[in-house]
Amino acid sequence: MQMDNLEEARRQAEICNACRYCEGYCAVFPALQLHRSFSEGTITQLANLCHNCRGCYYACQYTDPHEFNINIPQVMAEARQKSWETFAWPGGIARMFQKRGSLIALATIIGFAVIFYVIRVLKPSGGEGFYAIVSHATMTSIFLPAFLYPLFSLGISLRRYWRKVDGEKITWGQFRSALISAGKLKNLSGGHGDGCNFEEEDRFSNQRRYAHQAVLYGFLLCFAATCSGTVMYYFLNMPGPYSIFSIPKLLGIPGGLLILVGCSKLIQLKLKADPELGSARVWSGEMGFVGLLLFIALSGLLLFSLGGTAALPLLLDLHLGAVLAFFLLTPYTKMSHGFYRMAALIRDAQMKSESKK
Amino acid sequence: MQKGFLSVNTHYDLAVIGGGNAALCAAITAAELGAKVIILETAPKPYRGGNSRHTRDIRCMHRGPLGPLEGDYSEDEYYEDLLKVTGGKTNEQLARLVIRSSEKALPWMQKHGVHFQPPLSGTLSLTRTNAFFLGGGKSLVNAYYRTAGKLGVDVLYRAHVKHLQLEGNHITRVDYVYEGQQYQIEPRSVVAASGGFEANLKWLEKAWGPAAENFLIRGTPYNRGVVLEDLLEQGVQSVGDPTQCHAVAIDGRAPKFDGGIVTRLDCVPFSIVVNKEAQRFYDEGEDIWPKRYAIWGRLVAQQPDQVAFAIIDSKSLKMFMPSAFPPTEANTLEELAEKTSLPSEKLIDTIATFNAACGSSDAFHPTELDSVATTGLTPEKTNWARPISEPPFYCYSLRTGVTFTYLALKIDENAQCSTATGPVKNLWAAGETMAGSILSQGYLAGLGMMIGTVFGRIAGREAANYANG
Repeated sequence: MQMDNLEEARRQAEICNACRYCEGYCAVFPALQLHRSFSEGTITQLANLCHNCRGCYYACQYTDPHEFNINIPQVMAEARQKSWETFAWPGGIARMFQKRGSLIALATIIGFAVIFYVIRVLKPSGGEGFYAIVSHATMTSIFLPAFLYPLFSLGISLRRYWRKVDGEKITWGQFRSALISAGKLKNLSGGHGDGCNFEEEDRFSNQRRYAHQAVLYGFLLCFAATCSGTVMYYFLNMPGPYSIFSIPKLLGIPGGLLILVGCSKLIQLKLKADPELGSARVWSGEMGFVGLLLFIALSGLLLFSLGGTAALPLLLDLHLGAVLAFFLLTPYTKMSHGFYRMAALIRDAQMKSESKK
Repeated sequence: MQKGFLSVNTHYDLAVIGGGNAALCAAITAAELGAKVIILETAPKPYRGGNSRHTRDIRCMHRGPLGPLEGDYSEDEYYEDLLKVTGGKTNEQLARLVIRSSEKALPWMQKHGVHFQPPLSGTLSLTRTNAFFLGGGKSLVNAYYRTAGKLGVDVLYRAHVKHLQLEGNHITRVDYVYEGQQYQIEPRSVVAASGGFEANLKWLEKAWGPAAENFLIRGTPYNRGVVLEDLLEQGVQSVGDPTQCHAVAIDGRAPKFDGGIVTRLDCVPFSIVVNKEAQRFYDEGEDIWPKRYAIWGRLVAQQPDQVAFAIIDSKSLKMFMPSAFPPTEANTLEELAEKTSLPSEKLIDTIATFNAACGSSDAFHPTELDSVATTGLTPEKTNWARPISEPPFYCYSLRTGVTFTYLALKIDENAQCSTATGPVKNLWAAGETMAGSILSQGYLAGLGMMIGTVFGRIAGREAANYANG
């Protein structure tokens, strides 16, 4: 974390701690109140607990033009981004990525170029449906490492995070509490259920919360679709393509639709929101990420609906390329925020039970 | 038309002067009764809301649990609490009207967008008497502006109202300046909800003398009493003592204006407080919040240069709410004297004398009057008296922070203003502009907001009825 932002976060946190009017909005303020001074680890934890709902900003009597110039959403967004850049493994890629969202596009191109190459060189043995274009073995040999690599990389990052915030041994209860909070996006509820102030100044709205949930659950459905496909292929001897009433399709199609709707809404909201209340530095990176996710869902759904037309091979290349880029870049894009957020929520549950002792 | 004033084309039934809690309650109520309303707010949009921006809670009577409030709080208990802080100086009829109306005001607030916190965990133990706004006073103000906007209320920020033309028993014209241009409108009704005069240092000086120059103004810089002064000059009747203002001792490093809640220092009961000559001047252990809180502003104002210094040692540092500014820290008293420019020998002597007068502190209890007192010391410290002995030592500087003034417009039960010849037919007042009838000295946490809410609604109703009639 850069020293000047850390100092600024400390200054603001001390003023917040003397005021405490915002304690009902989200988990950040009760967590902040457990401290009198703010170490880098504490700021990192608070920053990753902050969901950038902006409720505290619009309620604050000390925002610009007041000389205290409090802007907690921004200072926390900056600290959060810095922490991800610091924890990412290998270092450097994340920083590079945050700077230019265009890199996402570039990675996508590279991704599908590789697929093209593989198809041309290996001359896949073929099968039915998609596998006539790229064989199942080819797909697996590309995507299995592409799936495991980010998990490995994120594992290192999360361990670094856990050390920074003095995390302790995790109990099932703490994990469960974090899971419920993440599932409900409790910290985007505004403390009163009317939602956050993301899109239009002090107006409360649940749109961001619901859009975000659509993406989250859509992603989980798509993930489950892939898993079910894998199980069917390897264990049940039921290779694809699958019919519309098969489990992978019944999970994947609504999942894709949810991602599509959620991402479109998130992009729309982000365009309306005041950039001064986030980390303006990474705006393009974040937009690029949501765009990529949207593209994956869209190309996936098109694959399903355009099956059998001449557009299929190209569409498949694009879809697989984007998926590949998405996986490989996960530790360095906004995708990683989900993992850090879970870690922060677990740590918050630990701090809460400690303070009760 | 008066020369130099531009006329505004839109016709307004009601002009509300001011943009805080009382003004908004009046505007919303009147708009719901069908009146076309304009709010003329002096502040720019980020500073809208007057002192309501800095508030946090509202005091409400209730029979049984109500919204975020637990237990019950009767009319008589509320009224007796008011008598305690004002020393009996209140208008009983108006005070009881506010108290009685408060029970219905809270659901009204919720209906109009105000969110309350669930009962607080530990910061303040006021969950029975006071309801806390989720996010504080600015979030309440935001909610009301949203509601008013939906009802078609126009808001003009940076509109400096200079004059309300009183002719006979009518206000005939409102003059204001906006972006350097002078304008005038002729609404049927006018509600003055434009606060007190605490940000007008010249006016404070009239009451306090040159000492007022060193005061800090805790709230909005926009409460300059322009409309209040204008109306008083035209013979509108007043109430309250112009020399009285509510003053507390706040952090000496606070901004000149608008420091608000974070300038609060709760260290006094655990400290010794000295003036710039390193001399103690009052019993720091007299009482606990909120009574003690309100007396120290006045005490500090009477000291040379209107400054004081609260000194504690390391064992007390975490016993009070954290402060926005870190204290001056030193490992020895000499070093502390040097850092704070207090006379070193005198400071060491004062602390040694104090320490020698402390007895056993076994009964020390930070949250209640513990009678751990000094013996044979003048002035004595009657509670929480523990020696200042464990380094590091800490010092907070104190100054007088003015929160509001008590001189106000005299009103009747319908919030209507009057001159010596009788009521002004189309002028009502709400909020700090009229609160002096009920609060003449002292302060009861959360009462100001309730006066603003109740009389804001009354003024809005009366003004709309007059305009419609």
